[in-house]
Amino acid sequence: MDEQGSIIPTGRQDFDRELGRLEAELILMSGLVEQAIFNALNALKNRDIERSQKVIDEDDHIDRTELEIERSCVELIRREAPMAGDLRRIISALHIAGELERIGDYAEGIAKISITMGEQPPLKELIDIPRMGDMAVNMLKRSLEAFISRDPDHVRTASVELEKDDDEVDDLYAKVQADLMDLVKAAPDNAERATYLMWVAHNVERVADRAMNIVERALYQATGELVSGTTQIETTAE
Amino acid sequence: MALNDTDLLSQEGSAENILRFDDIEPILEARDLSVAYSGNTAISNVSLQVPKNSVVSLIGPSGCGKSTLLRCFNRMNDLIPSASVNGSVNFAGQDIYAPEVDPTEIRFRIGMVFQRPNPFPKSIYENVAFGPRINGMTDDLDELVETSLRRAAVWDEVKDRLNESGLSVSGGQQQRICIARALAVNPEIVLMDEPASALDPISTQAIEALIQELSNEVTIIIVTHNMQQATRISNYAAVMMAGEERIGRMIEYGTNEQVFGNPKDERTEAYVTGRIG
Repeated sequence: MDEQGSIIPTGRQDFDRELGRLEAELILMSGLVEQAIFNALNALKNRDIERSQKVIDEDDHIDRTELEIERSCVELIRREAPMAGDLRRIISALHIAGELERIGDYAEGIAKISITMGEQPPLKELIDIPRMGDMAVNMLKRSLEAFISRDPDHVRTASVELEKDDDEVDDLYAKVQADLMDLVKAAPDNAERATYLMWVAHNVERVADRAMNIVERALYQATGELVSGTTQIETTAE
Repeated sequence: MALNDTDLLSQEGSAENILRFDDIEPILEARDLSVAYSGNTAISNVSLQVPKNSVVSLIGPSGCGKSTLLRCFNRMNDLIPSASVNGSVNFAGQDIYAPEVDPTEIRFRIGMVFQRPNPFPKSIYENVAFGPRINGMTDDLDELVETSLRRAAVWDEVKDRLNESGLSVSGGQQQRICIARALAVNPEIVLMDEPASALDPISTQAIEALIQELSNEVTIIIVTHNMQQATRISNYAAVMMAGEERIGRMIEYGTNEQVFGNPKDERTEAYVTGRIG
């Protein structure tokens, strides 16, 4: 027993602190990408080119954060030779950092489309795409919360709820596509502007998919179940 | 989990967390095995099935009864006068503790390698030839010594110094000579009690590679404190745990993937992640 009255070895306590720090870095990174998506969509809506450029510039920060997290994970694996829940926690963090980095790229993609659109206003009023964006960002927040909780029940509940939300985002995406196609059919000259919004909607839809990937990693961390979409493999097969 | 809850550490593992092989005949099976020294229980009610040609690691904190359990598997505890063993250990269809069983015969068929290399103060050749000689074998000893040393992956290093003392070579080589000595009587099972813990990393690597190679033809049960080693070399891992009263119990037995990846018993998780032990 140490001076603090814990029977957990000091080295183990240091390792726990490092794991906590790793999660703090992930939360920070998640905040950055949420902000990037929010800013990219707002800049698109308000035709704010300067703000779009800022989103592009700030993606470097997100990329660097991912590399820092990757480095921390490799260092912890090298130093601690983690087992069981610790190993799942670090591997999941590594995957999630990759997912967040890709979400950052989607924000950058939206910002680039916005700049390419130049002075042109969006083809239609942006209602469904921002709604998709709000839902996707909310899914991202909840998937990260599930990961941080490490509680199997919480993660399973979140997983079911997020799946429903993802279906809703997919439905909205299908609606945006149909609306835009109607506009193109009515006036073929709309094709270019419709394509811009189609790509924006696609990027937002992918954010929701990445949030689903994150909750799958949260599930792996909490339970050891490896799931991808509808595919699952038994990780403790005899 | 309250890690200082000694009651929790003393609890028996759930039977659901102990792997059983229903469709194969295990080469070795312990049933409700308990050992006491001078009336004090050291391990209690251990049941374990070991499939043929597998490597099974016994892991757990110091003092949890791993070595005691290992010694039950070839009746080495018989050599400790105060020890009493209850339960059964079936090997090749027979309880090795049955009155008609000769423990020496069992120890030939279930060999043992110890933590510290313990070659006899004889030549390398005589160390390996020792068991076969006791068994009355006199022909083809040269060939048997060579084969055994080759199987133990040490032949190339000692073939030119077979007449030198077994103590004259490095620790890693001594340990492999001891393994060759165990192999020379063609055991079906080799028990290893932390066989690499006194060795440097290169010798450890050699022993680990050897264990994996040997497992094609011999069943190996190994006590190790090195969990990375257990994950590298074994197919299955059995976890022992003891509470304050120092009675060792098996709390989990399963595949490596289960025990080191996603343990079923929270005490296993606490042990393999370094929170206890």
